[in-house]
Amino acid sequence: MSYHDASEAWTGTPVETRFAVPDMHCAGCIAKIERLLPAQPGIEGARVNFSSKTVTVAHAPALEEPDIIRAFDAIGFEAQSLQGAASQARSAALKRLIRALAVAGFAAMNVMLLSVSVWSGADGNARHLFHWISALIAIPAVAYAGRPFFESAFRALRAGTTNMDVPISIGVTLATGMSFYETIVGGEHAWFDGALMLLAFLLAGRVLDEMMRGRAASGAEALVRRTAPGAMRLDAAGGSQWVSADALAVGDRLLVAAGERLAADGIIEQGSSRFDLSLLTGESAPVVAGPGDTATAGTLNLEAPVTLRVTAVGEARTIAEIARLMEGAAQSRSHYVRIADRASRLYAPVVHLLAGLSFAGWMIAGAGWHQSLLVAIAVLIITCPCALGLAVPVAQVVVCGTMMRAGLLVKDGSALERLAQADEALLDKTGTLTLGRPVPDGLETLGEAERGIVRALAMASRHPLAIALRQALGGADVGPATLTDVVEKPGEGVEARYGDHLVAMRRPRPGELPADGDGRAAVALDLLGEAPHIIRFTDALRPDAADALAQLAALGLPARIMSGDREDAVKAVSDRLGIPGEGDMRPADKMALLEARIAAGHRPLMVGDGLNDGPALAAAHVSMAPASASDVGQQAADIVFLGDRLGGIPVAVRAARATMRVVRENFALAVGYNVLAVPLAMAGKVTPLIAAVAMSTSSLIVIANSLRLRWKVK
Amino acid sequence: MNGLLFLIPVALLLGLTGLVAFLWSLRAGQFDDPDGAAMRILIEDDDSPAS
Repeated sequence: MSYHDASEAWTGTPVETRFAVPDMHCAGCIAKIERLLPAQPGIEGARVNFSSKTVTVAHAPALEEPDIIRAFDAIGFEAQSLQGAASQARSAALKRLIRALAVAGFAAMNVMLLSVSVWSGADGNARHLFHWISALIAIPAVAYAGRPFFESAFRALRAGTTNMDVPISIGVTLATGMSFYETIVGGEHAWFDGALMLLAFLLAGRVLDEMMRGRAASGAEALVRRTAPGAMRLDAAGGSQWVSADALAVGDRLLVAAGERLAADGIIEQGSSRFDLSLLTGESAPVVAGPGDTATAGTLNLEAPVTLRVTAVGEARTIAEIARLMEGAAQSRSHYVRIADRASRLYAPVVHLLAGLSFAGWMIAGAGWHQSLLVAIAVLIITCPCALGLAVPVAQVVVCGTMMRAGLLVKDGSALERLAQADEALLDKTGTLTLGRPVPDGLETLGEAERGIVRALAMASRHPLAIALRQALGGADVGPATLTDVVEKPGEGVEARYGDHLVAMRRPRPGELPADGDGRAAVALDLLGEAPHIIRFTDALRPDAADALAQLAALGLPARIMSGDREDAVKAVSDRLGIPGEGDMRPADKMALLEARIAAGHRPLMVGDGLNDGPALAAAHVSMAPASASDVGQQAADIVFLGDRLGGIPVAVRAARATMRVVRENFALAVGYNVLAVPLAMAGKVTPLIAAVAMSTSSLIVIANSLRLRWKVK
Repeated sequence: MNGLLFLIPVALLLGLTGLVAFLWSLRAGQFDDPDGAAMRILIEDDDSPAS
């Protein structure tokens, strides 16, 4: 359905789709997008999120992503669909954590105010009053803000394990309970401030961590969206009828119109056409298929209607096979243990042991249970893992902010940890090293008037090559010529009248193409002169590919190409870039190669875009995909880079390594602080004042250290 | 001491106001796009914003 139909026929609620628009850089761009985009047919509204360089478009359900990307194109912006890439949409869990943090922060500040008065000498009745007010604020606040920790600790205990939340919960509960007891009996010290500050700092770490966690990738779901929901089935009488994809059976005959996606695998019986296989093989040039050839579900019929006999449906289709491969590969990677989790595994037993030892030691020394318990609580609070809890997320969030501005979306914090370890790079060719879209050659041989005609002709068609021509000429300052009698013949081209001349942009006839035809796409242009102009299209390398690969090699990541494309096409690119390359690889081959590299002890970084790269992206130690990638590529990748440049890859590697350095420093700081403070606490020398000061200082140092990354990563 | 009886509730009330204001603005989505908010102030609004 074209979007003109959509705008008229459709009434109902709009659906929303998110797009990355990396070129937005000023207030003018925001205003332009938000005002002009809704003026395009079928589009109801647009909302820019400048921080994440995304636009949420509300549009008619019939409007598909390519239509909306064309609408962006019409107002002068390049947009890429962002299905499943780093979502800034704040999850319910994140909002809950932020609310808990706000409550804990509020309570901590007020209780601290009262505590400072006590420390600076409030005595007798005043101290008693202050303690009571503190208790009144702190107990509900702890009950509310501590829930994320209590719930997690309870789950862990019920499962018979411990995690970082168990000592936190015990520490906070004991400290609050003990302080309440002290308040009732009119004791000298209360720990409410310590308990609340502990919660506030830890929640800050959790909030940052939650911001980093991307949505769980569900590649299979994205794959299903790529196949057609149904097809036209021909019956014995020669009639045809639309049936849904589930109802198709092996042996059915389908009529596939031009511009339609295939719902099932099959063999072509009648007619021949070009098919866009880029989704499956990564091959960007459309492939000609005629009677007897196989066609695969998910591919797009570009030119002429064909009749297809179905050979595989549902789970037997090639596309479903890829989905299975991907799910398997993604599971093997989920065993990776994040550095923070590894730290907390060590941490919890040590803290319990120290607190237990202190309690036992003081009991043995004859201090009485009250005094011993106070010391044990002091140990639990002073070893507070807040610096430890902040060590990883603060560094990651700071880096992700800087990377976002450089056009790199990180989907998962552990991606940075894994990227820092990568020691080789495997790259897909089409769409990754190259732009993945045809770029016309030799337009400069045309005169100014001729360019105007070509631009006008190209604007009349939605064929991929016409769009490529339009984009190539869009930058030039030649306005489109005025044409009359414009006719588009599907599969043939566009004809029109320019003054007295008959002009056309059409498919080249046999014999018009040079004999060395290397299979590149071409159009013939009948313009003012006699002989037609033949314009060839190539898939151009990304502008900075060679430079980016050199930088990667300097970082210790030698690159090689791994492509589903033809061997000779791969060789041309690998020779130009001076790196080894392999072609004709099926998705399973790529995945097998990656698994072999991992088994050999390497940690490969996979960069790819296509559906055919999905399993390999999921199997690699860490993976990146361009934002122009298929949904599946984006789902499977850990990091998505925006724009046409590959330079983001070395930037990401450097950023990841800098992050890991800072994370290790943070751990060293947190542990160093504990080494100093714990003996004091065990010796019973720690008053609430010292605990509060030491705890905040260690956390602030960790935050300050992480903020250095902002300047280090460029 | 009498001053405290008056000042402490005032301090708590002010803090609570801040907390409520923060939770409200969080719910209203004001922290979704901080950079964009800084830019939008420069847009000349001669008509009402789209949707």
